[in-house]
Amino acid sequence: MSLRRYAVRRLGLGVLQVLAVATLVFLLVRALPGDAAVALAGDNPDPRRIEEIRVAMGLDQPALERWWAWLSGLPRLDLGVSLISGRPVSEFLLDGLGPTAALAVLTLVLLVPVSVLVGVLAALREGGVLDRVLTAISVGLHSIPEFALAIVLIALFGVQLRWLPPTAVGAGGNLLAHPEVLVLPLVVLLARPICSISRLVRAGMIDALASDHVRHARRLGIGVTRIRFAHALPNALAPAVQQVARTTDWLLGGVIVVEAVFVIPGLGTALVDAVAGRDLPVVQGLAVVFAVTTVLVNLLADLAAFRLAPRSAGLA
Amino acid sequence: MTLTRRGFLGLTAGLSAVTLTGCATDAPAPAAAGPRGGGRLRAAFAGGGAKEVLDPHLANLFVEAARSKAVFDKLADLGQDVSAQPRLAEKWEPSADLLRWRITLREAVFHNGKPVRAQDVLASYARILDPQRTFRAKSSLSLIDLPNSRAVDDRTVEFALTRPFVEFPNALAAFGTYIVPEGTEDFTAPIGSGPFRFESFAPGKSVLLKRNADYWEGAPHLDELEFVIANEESARANALLGGQVEYAHDLTPTTARANTGSDRMTLHRSPNSAVQSFAMKVDRAPFDDPDLREALFLLADRPQLVEAVLGGSGQVGNDLFGKGYEHYADDIPQRGRDLDRAKFLIRKAGAEGLTVRLDTSTAAAGMVEAATVFADQAKGSGLTIEVVTGNKDSYWSDTLKNGSLSSFRSGAMPIETHIAQRLLSDSGTNVTKWARPEFDALYRKAVSTVDETERAAAYREMQGSLHAQGGYLMWGFADWIVGTSPNVGGVATAPANTLDWARFDRVWLG
Repeated sequence: MSLRRYAVRRLGLGVLQVLAVATLVFLLVRALPGDAAVALAGDNPDPRRIEEIRVAMGLDQPALERWWAWLSGLPRLDLGVSLISGRPVSEFLLDGLGPTAALAVLTLVLLVPVSVLVGVLAALREGGVLDRVLTAISVGLHSIPEFALAIVLIALFGVQLRWLPPTAVGAGGNLLAHPEVLVLPLVVLLARPICSISRLVRAGMIDALASDHVRHARRLGIGVTRIRFAHALPNALAPAVQQVARTTDWLLGGVIVVEAVFVIPGLGTALVDAVAGRDLPVVQGLAVVFAVTTVLVNLLADLAAFRLAPRSAGLA
Repeated sequence: MTLTRRGFLGLTAGLSAVTLTGCATDAPAPAAAGPRGGGRLRAAFAGGGAKEVLDPHLANLFVEAARSKAVFDKLADLGQDVSAQPRLAEKWEPSADLLRWRITLREAVFHNGKPVRAQDVLASYARILDPQRTFRAKSSLSLIDLPNSRAVDDRTVEFALTRPFVEFPNALAAFGTYIVPEGTEDFTAPIGSGPFRFESFAPGKSVLLKRNADYWEGAPHLDELEFVIANEESARANALLGGQVEYAHDLTPTTARANTGSDRMTLHRSPNSAVQSFAMKVDRAPFDDPDLREALFLLADRPQLVEAVLGGSGQVGNDLFGKGYEHYADDIPQRGRDLDRAKFLIRKAGAEGLTVRLDTSTAAAGMVEAATVFADQAKGSGLTIEVVTGNKDSYWSDTLKNGSLSSFRSGAMPIETHIAQRLLSDSGTNVTKWARPEFDALYRKAVSTVDETERAAAYREMQGSLHAQGGYLMWGFADWIVGTSPNVGGVATAPANTLDWARFDRVWLG
């Protein structure tokens, strides 16, 4: 099968996946107790007023009709308007995209070089002090959940030592203009993926250094540095590439927690608020964005794997 | 114990505090001796994310209420004893039959330089009362007969009411009854008559306001006021400790206790702010039996609840709303725990061995903790209380209809408003299902008589019957806790949603 046919088939599947996610989200939000009118009324739940709000929001229309209206807007990229504020859902997405994208992209940009460096260093000193120290730190950090790490870092560096801002409060949407507020969130987001990917690089590098072709290259008298980085490293990276794609999926979840702890007004915060407010159009819009991102990232990773090793990409 | 995400986040503040105790040796530096002008104060509130709005009539959250009162004015607002005090209204004069009220407006101007006129007041109220819309204040103003109300002149309004109502100023002070310029529908750059002018707004992030030098009550001390959003309480506390904000609204007793004596945080506690309660539904089994209601009253160990749930930042309640407020019946003796009599009453009601479900949720701070402590206090009484934690987003609506026993809390409002909204046969949010014609009649008498003595007697009688037979077990009053940096001065301690709460025109930076 050609690469193009494979890509088209996967894209078609991706569209179906996104629609399935959006439908599931619609059903799940409906399964939650209460609706947007109840959530808005809050501690003043006068049934007469809730009924009035319901009518004003159009919640008295049949669910199927509302679902169809939302779905038919999708091809025009019309995601509808928020039930509660009346603002277009696309505005919510644009508002939240900046901070979340800044976090995710910076995480990925830093993740690859740092974890390769750590993995290679550990592999070159296999069994040595450096290797054991790096291994101990990696395994230790990997076993701490993000929110626990965040709490400790905030308490220590944000509140006690005051080296870094404990939250992003007041930074507004443009986090890049205040790089200091990004340090702690990035450390939290990077900690676990660096550990898992550097472990993979280390293992791959040790295997590669012991492989026949590297031994052969050594016999041919090629320099040590060239052997390590031109011959051993590329082989060591193969398993790590797939792990980076999986990390991107994980980041979407991690970002929600990190945004909540550090008060970053991104897509994760928007999602949490929208679910609490039962603002169905906003929840659906965000779910579509998350689903599209996941599908695209995995598609790209699979295409890369297909290029590298067509046989192992599962195309039978 | 299971730890939720929220629970873990809550740990942040605790941990921060623990690491801080080492350096918190000195007493906090006092705020500058006298008011000083200038500076920008950043205030952190919980928000509703991007759904927040600047339309003051849509205000629902604390941050929206605080912003609204900075930009707009109401005709009246609630004073220290939660009675209505004149604001934009200079004075009010009812007719003898209490059906017509003449309001004289203060000389005030909107931020665009135009005067506040009687027409603006009528237009604002007409907007709130629009039958096509769902503003929160609609029910508070619903007794106004708008077609028969009129502007006598630019500074005099005459309201016609559909029934005699001596507490009409409470309606003028009700949540969300702000005066906006006539014809305003677009609030993207709101214009009000309040102490601060609008500068900029990013939904879910911040609102920036500037000093209004022409404010009728005198210009604020601050040059700028910025509201920022931090939903988690721990994040608000951390932002304050980290110097990112100067004012952190609504802190928990745990944070307050951990930071007492800190040199980075000054605590402001406003007593009698939020009533903490359990609501028994009197129209259904098992609490349709007054003996069982009394048994529950007697099972509650109130000092222990206040200590365990409010961390000592509160006072015990006597099953009546509004301690310290106007009309509060403070001559009724304080109830205490009496396990023996409670056991006897449970046996008498035939409820021995019965398991009652207590619905609660994290919709308000301390409710789940209080339910757990109370269930513990009921052990050994013959009655078993089973705590069930429900969904927080629909909690108030769920417990209004379902179940027989639930956690309840309420912010400050006049006792009259509490009764009107919750304790009359036709009340919209009657959680305890207290519906008694003779009680309704007493309320009508209290609000329709000009005779002070007669009115006081009616309030006393209503509270007497609620204390003896009612469905609210009001065990405590929580302090409202605000944290500021030590250089902030002029922060008044007042219950949330009253005049002096979040009153940033009186605050200064030292």
